[in-house]
Amino acid sequence: MRFEPREHVSVLAAVVAPVAGVAAALLLCSGLILWTGESVGEAYWLLLKGAFGTKFALTETLSRATPLILTGLAAAVAFRAKFWNIGAEGQLYCGALAVTWLGTGMITLHPVLMIPLLFLVGALGGGAALLVPVILKNRLKVDEVVTTLLLNFVILLLVSYLLEGPWKDPMLMGWPQAAPIIDEGVLPQLVAKTRLHLGLIVAVAAALIVWLVMTFTVWGYEIRAVGHNAAAAAFSGIKINRTIIRTALLSGGLAGMAGVTEVAGLKGYLTLDLSPGFGYAGIAVAMLAQLHPLGILASALFLSAIYVGADSMSRGVNIPTYIADVLVATSMLAVVLSVMLARFRIRFS
Amino acid sequence: MAVLEIVGVTKRFGSLLANDGITLSLAEGEILALLGENGAGKTTLMNILFGHYTADEGHINVGGETLTPGSPDAAIAAGIGMVHQHFTLADNLSVLENVILGRESLWSWRQDKARGRDHILTMARDFGLEVDPDALISELSLGERQRVEILKALYGDAQVLILDEPTAVLTPQETDSLFETLRRLVGQGRSVVIISHKLHEILSVSDRVAVLRRGAIVGTVKTHEADRDSLAELMVGRSVVRPKAEPMAPGEEVLRLDKVSLGAAKLDGIELSVRAHEIVGIAGVAGNGQADLASVISGLARPSSGRITLFGEGPVQLTPEGVVAAGVGRIPEDRNAIGVIGAMTVWENLSSEDIRRPPASRGGFLLDKPAARARAGELIEAYDVRCKGPDAETGLLSGGNIQKLILARALSREPKLILANQPVRGLDEGAIAYVHERLLAARSRGAGILLITEDLDELLALADRVAVMYRGRLTESYAVGDVTVPELGLMMAGQKLAGARHAV
Amino acid sequence: MDILEIFANVGFWAATLRIASPLIFATLGELICERAGVLNLGIEGIMTMGAMAGWMWVYQGGDLWGGVLFAACVGGAFGLLHAIFTVYFGLSQHVVGIGITLLASSLSFFLFRMILPAATTPPKITAFQVYEVPYLSDIPFIGQAFFTQTPLTYFALAIVPVVWYGLYRTPVGLAVRMAGENPAAVEAQGIDVLAVRSGAVVVGSGFMAVGGAFLTMSAFDAFYFGMVNGRGWICIALVIFASWRPMKALLGALLFAGLDALQVRAQQISGVVIPYQFFLMLPYLLSIVAMIFLSRSATYPKALLVPFRRGERI
Repeated sequence: MRFEPREHVSVLAAVVAPVAGVAAALLLCSGLILWTGESVGEAYWLLLKGAFGTKFALTETLSRATPLILTGLAAAVAFRAKFWNIGAEGQLYCGALAVTWLGTGMITLHPVLMIPLLFLVGALGGGAALLVPVILKNRLKVDEVVTTLLLNFVILLLVSYLLEGPWKDPMLMGWPQAAPIIDEGVLPQLVAKTRLHLGLIVAVAAALIVWLVMTFTVWGYEIRAVGHNAAAAAFSGIKINRTIIRTALLSGGLAGMAGVTEVAGLKGYLTLDLSPGFGYAGIAVAMLAQLHPLGILASALFLSAIYVGADSMSRGVNIPTYIADVLVATSMLAVVLSVMLARFRIRFS
Repeated sequence: MAVLEIVGVTKRFGSLLANDGITLSLAEGEILALLGENGAGKTTLMNILFGHYTADEGHINVGGETLTPGSPDAAIAAGIGMVHQHFTLADNLSVLENVILGRESLWSWRQDKARGRDHILTMARDFGLEVDPDALISELSLGERQRVEILKALYGDAQVLILDEPTAVLTPQETDSLFETLRRLVGQGRSVVIISHKLHEILSVSDRVAVLRRGAIVGTVKTHEADRDSLAELMVGRSVVRPKAEPMAPGEEVLRLDKVSLGAAKLDGIELSVRAHEIVGIAGVAGNGQADLASVISGLARPSSGRITLFGEGPVQLTPEGVVAAGVGRIPEDRNAIGVIGAMTVWENLSSEDIRRPPASRGGFLLDKPAARARAGELIEAYDVRCKGPDAETGLLSGGNIQKLILARALSREPKLILANQPVRGLDEGAIAYVHERLLAARSRGAGILLITEDLDELLALADRVAVMYRGRLTESYAVGDVTVPELGLMMAGQKLAGARHAV
Repeated sequence: MDILEIFANVGFWAATLRIASPLIFATLGELICERAGVLNLGIEGIMTMGAMAGWMWVYQGGDLWGGVLFAACVGGAFGLLHAIFTVYFGLSQHVVGIGITLLASSLSFFLFRMILPAATTPPKITAFQVYEVPYLSDIPFIGQAFFTQTPLTYFALAIVPVVWYGLYRTPVGLAVRMAGENPAAVEAQGIDVLAVRSGAVVVGSGFMAVGGAFLTMSAFDAFYFGMVNGRGWICIALVIFASWRPMKALLGALLFAGLDALQVRAQQISGVVIPYQFFLMLPYLLSIVAMIFLSRSATYPKALLVPFRRGERI
């Protein structure tokens, strides 16, 4: 079996491939659904309705997509430079910690100033969390996969300590939860009586900015060059270390901003279960979009629809909500394969 | 009696016809040379013989029986051994482990290392290939590694031995020693196929020469009936004229290295001077510090001691972007690994050294794609880079065209110093002539060129002065007319020249 | 009880061995994969799946060793999936590994929920019981600490020299090691590189799953969501600590387990002064520290993460 690169990869193929992968995943998971004894059609219909069927459902899907867009961008930016940041989960929580530290009463500003400040602080928190693995990689050649992963657990324990101890909201009896974000810092609702908040606009704007930077700036060129061939990039004068650090700060910052949207937008305060794995899901979001910042808008929406829809579906039919995670993981693998098949022809000899 | 017969073998890679209906036979006890320029299809043919590739048409007979295609296992069982151009050895494992791999059934529970060791030592003694079975490959020199590669090929009692460009990493003296070993082998009744593009070596060791051009056999001659010119003409299909340097008076010094050292033993007290209008050639077997020297001058490695003077200013700390900005053109050794980024487009690679300057970008921040593409278009024209346009994917270009792209990038700003590291490795004669012409033209315009090459013919044709690298040290330089090839060979093996020599 | 008294306590040493057992299996498993040149980031998910599969086998009425074998087979199946993507199709080992972890974890939770929908507290099985080795377990202190373990722990200890022998003294082990150093060399000797690499990944993944099964069949007797808790990632660090050598992997697992056991007991001493979360952080922080000290000098298998493509223009 041999792989030949196809001389011409049409744009159509580049778009059709991920869709084909997702379709394959849906097909495979329908097998699981059949095994539970439920009807495949009914299950997927309930999923669709649960995600988009009502106005409320739609706002839920969009608000769930918000952190996924940001963690997806975080993964995409890092992976473009072949910097394997698997720590978006921890960076998200660091952003949430930073925002809780600053936004629960330490200073008070007008919302026009307060909200951007919170995002900045959250981004810095997320970036700081990634700084240590990056420096370890640059100076001491320590593999970033393991360090970013292990830091996730450390950071979560730190959050647990803070929520059970010094940051515990004294107003609530016994429940580990931090003080709420002050009113000036809370992200305004976009649609009344729903949980959809300003974070969505910020996330979409972030995707646009990342796309512009990656495509039209020297920074984007350098990130791509380093990701493709670091040795050649170094030869031509690109400063590898600086590029990787810049990429890491950007990546961590985006993940940190996801923490901001959840604390200051969705929940209003920091809890231990702030993120049901948004950091890890972000990797799936990025891969489904083939690391393209604008494609991430679509794939984040898709994943969010699956999660929200599955929640609703599980109330109608007897299928565990974990089907959503199975579907996401299967999609990720299927798309990675289908994209490769779009670019290469297989020759059997 | 033909011990090996290749019948009508044809092989395509996509649209490229690598082998075209090749029919060839090998007699017992014969040394057959397979001659052709780079890209002619010699390695492809031998890879088909050994089973790395499968032919699209045709078949191969070994000892009268048809060889199962596409299986190195079958080739080894049929008695074929291959000494690859790029050694198939694992650095972190020992000689013994590298040689006995695959010699016992993978399903067996025990490994007979003692028997392996005895067999290796016996073979080593018989063929003059001394080696320590327990040494790690990483501890061996290139010449010693080749011995291991040969032992590996012979271990299975191979009757047909294929050697792919074996002398690329050897000094002239080591080459003689290798040819002695080959004669011993055929004296025992084995047969040898040697792939090469070096005419004088083929003339000295082979019995017959088969010449490949563009994938087809264009002639088979008995060696004693052939000479350099006739073979060269068969090989390229026309009278070959590689450009030669005309004598020129050197100008001002453009580069000076004073007692430059790197690391513990990588570079040791290098003294080097390059002047305008001259080409300084650095000879030496690969692995003696040439790559480190190139790294230092390219700005990729900072020397631990010593002084570098560039264009009369010094001491300077060299960095890649600093060196480019100062007016140095660099042609790296490995075009695919560090010369270009295969996944990026032609215009992106042409702009890679100048990405923060106009026309590629504005203000060092925003990319100016239209301007960069336009400039790329001009360079593609001027340097004859055959591609679909500035937006073509660089990795899909042929080796020769990638090298022209690199030339365009390195030479288009009319640099005053050019570092050319193995600039024609792996290129066909046409591309080689083009590269040499461009380098000589730059020299005429006033550039000083530091040429690092393992090819002594290239060195002697182009350089004004020659120095030799051995174990991180550089000899003094000599005018090219003042040294002979055997003397260079001795220096490449580390010996000093006896007697006074007109050092320049 | 102060720090020194912890070391004098038999329970500490017994706990060390018990905590080390899943790490030994999983580290050996990852070691085999990486020696062949494949980074298997599916380890966390495969351990989770192994934990669920082995437990479920026993819960449904099977015997314990059958459960271990079943877990190994399930792990091997995920390993095969990983190998098809990374070895045969040459896709990114990082991405595929994370995908396999996500898939195996979520699938294990899904199947568990489906088979046991109503369980609010996880049901229990009769796990491996402690087996007192005759004579040896009567030795004072040492007997209680080292020879009063479950059979699965003895198995873990016994398998270490077997893996060592397999890698260093058999032809197939040499092929595996060579595949991780220079796959072209393996090909040139007539051996199918892709088959060797895939085989190593399948076997290694089987080991990982057994490591997970230990948690539900020996250390505890029920399956909790999140019980693997990052142990798989720690084993990746342990492989580097072990310089890809089985004997050193045993040492690393024991050291790490000792520190973990120490951390649990130290909590009891100063739990009021230092919050328990900081003790729980120690295993992860220590793994990072170990990586810091060892990464500079680590000799990675040369062909780790490099896919081998047959028949491409050499």
